[in-house]
Amino acid sequence: MLTLSHLSKTFNAGTVNEKQALSDLSLHLEPGDFATIIGSNGAGKSTLFNAIAGSFFTDAGSITLAGKKITFQPEYVRAKSIGRLFQDPLRGTAPHMTIEENLALAANRRGWFSHVTKADKEHFRDRLALLGMGLEDRMRQPVGLLSGGQRQALTLLMTTYHPPKLLLLDEHTAALDPGTAEKVLQITRDVVTEGKITTLMVTHNMHQALELGNRTLMMDGGRIVLDVRGEERRNMKVEDLLAQFKVGTGKELDNDRILLS
Amino acid sequence: MTLSLIQTALELGLICSLTTLALFLSYSMLNICDLSTDGCFTLGAAVGAVMALAGHPILAIPAAMAAGICSGFLTALLQTKMGVNSLLAGIIVNTGLYSINIAVMGGSSLLNMNKTVTVFTLTKDLLAGTPLAGQYKLVVSLAAVALVILFLVLFLNTELGLAIRATGDNPDMVRSSSINPVFTTIVGLCISNAFTALSGCLLAQSQKSVNIDIGGGMVTIALASLLIGRTLISRGGIFPRALSMTAGSFVFRLVYTIALRLDMPAFMLKLVSSVIVILAISGPYLKSQLPMLRRRLAQEREEDDIC
Repeated sequence: MLTLSHLSKTFNAGTVNEKQALSDLSLHLEPGDFATIIGSNGAGKSTLFNAIAGSFFTDAGSITLAGKKITFQPEYVRAKSIGRLFQDPLRGTAPHMTIEENLALAANRRGWFSHVTKADKEHFRDRLALLGMGLEDRMRQPVGLLSGGQRQALTLLMTTYHPPKLLLLDEHTAALDPGTAEKVLQITRDVVTEGKITTLMVTHNMHQALELGNRTLMMDGGRIVLDVRGEERRNMKVEDLLAQFKVGTGKELDNDRILLS
Repeated sequence: MTLSLIQTALELGLICSLTTLALFLSYSMLNICDLSTDGCFTLGAAVGAVMALAGHPILAIPAAMAAGICSGFLTALLQTKMGVNSLLAGIIVNTGLYSINIAVMGGSSLLNMNKTVTVFTLTKDLLAGTPLAGQYKLVVSLAAVALVILFLVLFLNTELGLAIRATGDNPDMVRSSSINPVFTTIVGLCISNAFTALSGCLLAQSQKSVNIDIGGGMVTIALASLLIGRTLISRGGIFPRALSMTAGSFVFRLVYTIALRLDMPAFMLKLVSSVIVILAISGPYLKSQLPMLRRRLAQEREEDDIC
């Protein structure tokens, strides 16, 4: 589904702040793959997502999504087939527009001058009810009135309204309280499984990294240093994962927000 | 006397509320302060007047709006595709438009339309004999405002309209979505400048003359009206909010007309509009600072007491 070959990206090249954020990184995801990504601070996880989503163009290498080269496609064109959630729950929705209007933006594919129909509203209501947060009765309220968790759940619903070919989750539950985080995570599991969406998820929760999805990737120094799947992954514990990381990189995993439980 | 005062305020308020509605789109929706408004207003007035003088009073309206679209397109292009700061883009276009406006008016800075057929005189002839005969200015401006509000209500709820609103509301969201912010900004500014030019065109035709300064300070006046309107109604859908823009323009004109009656000299108009904008923008900010200030003062007083 997604093939990254030999991606490289250097920021502030030629200055004292030069930083090689991606270094000859290659990765291939099969359709339906759900891979979690862990790594130290500054390992290049977010840079990788920015590169795939098209926030910038890479210095070298190519990106292929569903058989199509998208290396030089602008961000808003790629966004038609790539959904993305950020850690900041406020980033994915427009606060002064109503829930209904936000969903209309995500749902409508009938052209620039189309309006939201009654049938659309019914459909929004059904989809919102699936979140189990009571949002279906608040469709005409501005999104700014919702809590962070509700906004993140809404963002997830909007991003996957038309299932994208690839879903990028950048620690999307990290800013939520544990209860809400668990709920958003459950919704994530459901939509990803239901839509068979190929997914990449950055997490700092080691337990999540092994439990969710079918692959675990570890990043360090702009490279993928570890790729565990199948039998090996099923039998793996958090300690094994940390040990593997040390073998792969020669150092301890260093992330100030890491959760080992 | 008072009735005629209110009528003048209503006519002027309605015509100028078209500029307020333009800012409603660019300032409230797109979150762009379009400083080319003054020049674009004059451009609309000049193009409209020249067309009317050439014997095409009705064609003058689409022509003025088309000129406004061109001006808006340029302002938008500068800030989206050429790396010019948004405020600077407006100022640059505004400055350039000064020369263009004089060129449009054939090198003169004043055009007189005393004997020219305009949309207003046409309506006057059309309404002759009906009870509305004396209200022809009101009828034309009311029709224009109604059409613009109708357009905004329909347009801002279309997919494109929602995309434009999202662009102003959460740029981060739009950047990582399938909306192209360059496109929405260009469309939004083209439409808003079309309304600004329409406003200028109608004002020139209603007062039967254009001078190069007709649009001077228009952005502040419209902003003052917008902020007054916003304090009247700030919630709800597009329709009540658009309506409040017109109400704001009317209130602004009414206050100004009353002040004139109380012997305020006419040249104070722009100072009044500036003060309103300052108060409306700084008011909520200062109010939010007030509790902290109170706390500080109380603490200092306590310390003084101890000493």
